[in-house]
Amino acid sequence: MNFQIALTGFAALYIFMLAAFGGWVIIGNVPAILHTPLMSGSNFVHGIVVVGGLYALLNASTVTEQTIGFFAVLMGAGNVAGGYAVTDRMLAMFKTSGSHAPHKRTHKKPALKKV
Amino acid sequence: MFTNLTHLITGAADLAAAFLFMYGLKRMSSPVSAPSGIRVAGFGMLVAILANFLAVFTVDPAAKPHLPVNIILAVVALLLGASVAWFKGRTVAMTEMPQMVAIYNGLGGGAAGAIAAVELYGNKTHGATQLLLALLGGLIGAVSLSGSVIAWAKLDEVLKKPLRFPGQRYLNAAVLFAALVVAGYIVFTLQQGGAALLPMATLLSIFFGLTLLVGILVTLPIGGADMPVVISIYNAATGLAVGFDGYVIQDPALMIAGMVVGAAGTLLTLLMAKAMNRSVSNVLFSNFGEISKKKRGKMKGSEKPVEASDAGIFMRYAASVIIIPGYGLAVAQAQEKLYEFVKLLQAAGVKVRFAVHPVAGRMPGQMDVLLAEAGVPYDLIFQLDDINGDFANTDVALVIGANDVVNPAARTDKSSPIYGMPILNADKAKKVYVVKRGQGKGYSGIENELFYEDNCFMVYGDAQAVLVKMIESVRGLGAAAA
Repeated sequence: MNFQIALTGFAALYIFMLAAFGGWVIIGNVPAILHTPLMSGSNFVHGIVVVGGLYALLNASTVTEQTIGFFAVLMGAGNVAGGYAVTDRMLAMFKTSGSHAPHKRTHKKPALKKV
Repeated sequence: MFTNLTHLITGAADLAAAFLFMYGLKRMSSPVSAPSGIRVAGFGMLVAILANFLAVFTVDPAAKPHLPVNIILAVVALLLGASVAWFKGRTVAMTEMPQMVAIYNGLGGGAAGAIAAVELYGNKTHGATQLLLALLGGLIGAVSLSGSVIAWAKLDEVLKKPLRFPGQRYLNAAVLFAALVVAGYIVFTLQQGGAALLPMATLLSIFFGLTLLVGILVTLPIGGADMPVVISIYNAATGLAVGFDGYVIQDPALMIAGMVVGAAGTLLTLLMAKAMNRSVSNVLFSNFGEISKKKRGKMKGSEKPVEASDAGIFMRYAASVIIIPGYGLAVAQAQEKLYEFVKLLQAAGVKVRFAVHPVAGRMPGQMDVLLAEAGVPYDLIFQLDDINGDFANTDVALVIGANDVVNPAARTDKSSPIYGMPILNADKAKKVYVVKRGQGKGYSGIENELFYEDNCFMVYGDAQAVLVKMIESVRGLGAAAA
């Protein structure tokens, strides 16, 4: 049995169509209170691009490819780690009047710029 | 055999990751399950990254001699990129969240563009479809990278003024057209197999240079107030670019995750634009700031100042108070003081609620996050549609650091640039207190009629200092009674 897949032509179109529909439906009835965390969360999800970066870098055979591939992984890793960090921080803050667990501070607030 | 096993493992991991991403996003769409949602998605990411390292066993024969170097490069890039971004993401202030989302999104777009570039420079695409999608992914990724960087610079106030000049739109269109022409020429040459005017690497460099320029030029004229919509557009665009890259390198996890984000980001963009009463094309192609610069008529009446302590005591004896927080509250870092004041009022039997406008803060939903950070339970926080009817039978509306979102001109003045935007009906409350640093206009530079209404009183001062005075005055009452 061969496990290598070929996603061309209609197979690819089916994947694109179903995934797009899925994304649309999942976000469909989200309350406004979660808009920012969700934008950040979906930003984290496209961090999967780092996997593509790894593929490109591991298969690089010239210095040009290696250089660009290195930056692909570097930026992709930044997308993943940063996206997760900020989303997790935002979501950890939601709680109801009922829950008494005090919110753990993970950082000190730096001074804000005046606007 | 071994190669096949690798394909089996990465295939299964990609499948699991795709499921976990969608399930995680689904959980993220309710406040109760949201924190677990990001962890579910995070676990999916970890599975996908680890499994795809098995690609070391299936590399191209041409890349075999370079494999040790490439592995070292990959590990260094992973650790370096992840640790810097992780540290920054953990320590940045909540008010600067929009900038961070912009920059992380730009990184994703850059990565997508770079992957397309590796495939194109190495001439690794097979067939016209892969070539076209690589060029398209490269174009969208590069635009998303440079556009997000400009958006970050604007939100971080590195760039202060929108840059506008006559004929700008034609220049933007011309640069985009030039990029498309170069792309078309690349496809033509590679498909025909003929000799090109320039070496392929040069053509590709021109192509990527032009696309980066498009992102910069398109984003420069857009004002700061519209930036959230722009970031959301680039978020969706990056998703799309990742999806196309997935096709080029034949990775279903990238195809699915990219397309899910592309669609979800598009819907989120439309929701945000709707909340701001702006159409997406309006945001991208009209100059918001120019309308508001028009000379506007003199306001009737005057702004009536009042002492913070008087306002505090009045609210202590009110039956109900609705608080409307805005970005000014966050700038003064007064959310925690505000919640302290709210707890005092609650202890005195006042019904206190928060009314949050969809675009309060610099990004839809950001104010909810800032209040949550201060410890305000989210069942005290109400959205525009749920609370707007209640202002008429509320004693006090307390507006702190908000301006445009309570401007009645949005309902009445057809010439106002915010006409038609849904606003919080603070003016309908029996009494309105507005806490504001001084006389002046809001973020969009529009005069606010509310401040001149008969039932509206101004408390001038820094939000933090004002709240301290309010707290002291209410506490003073308690001490006098005891």
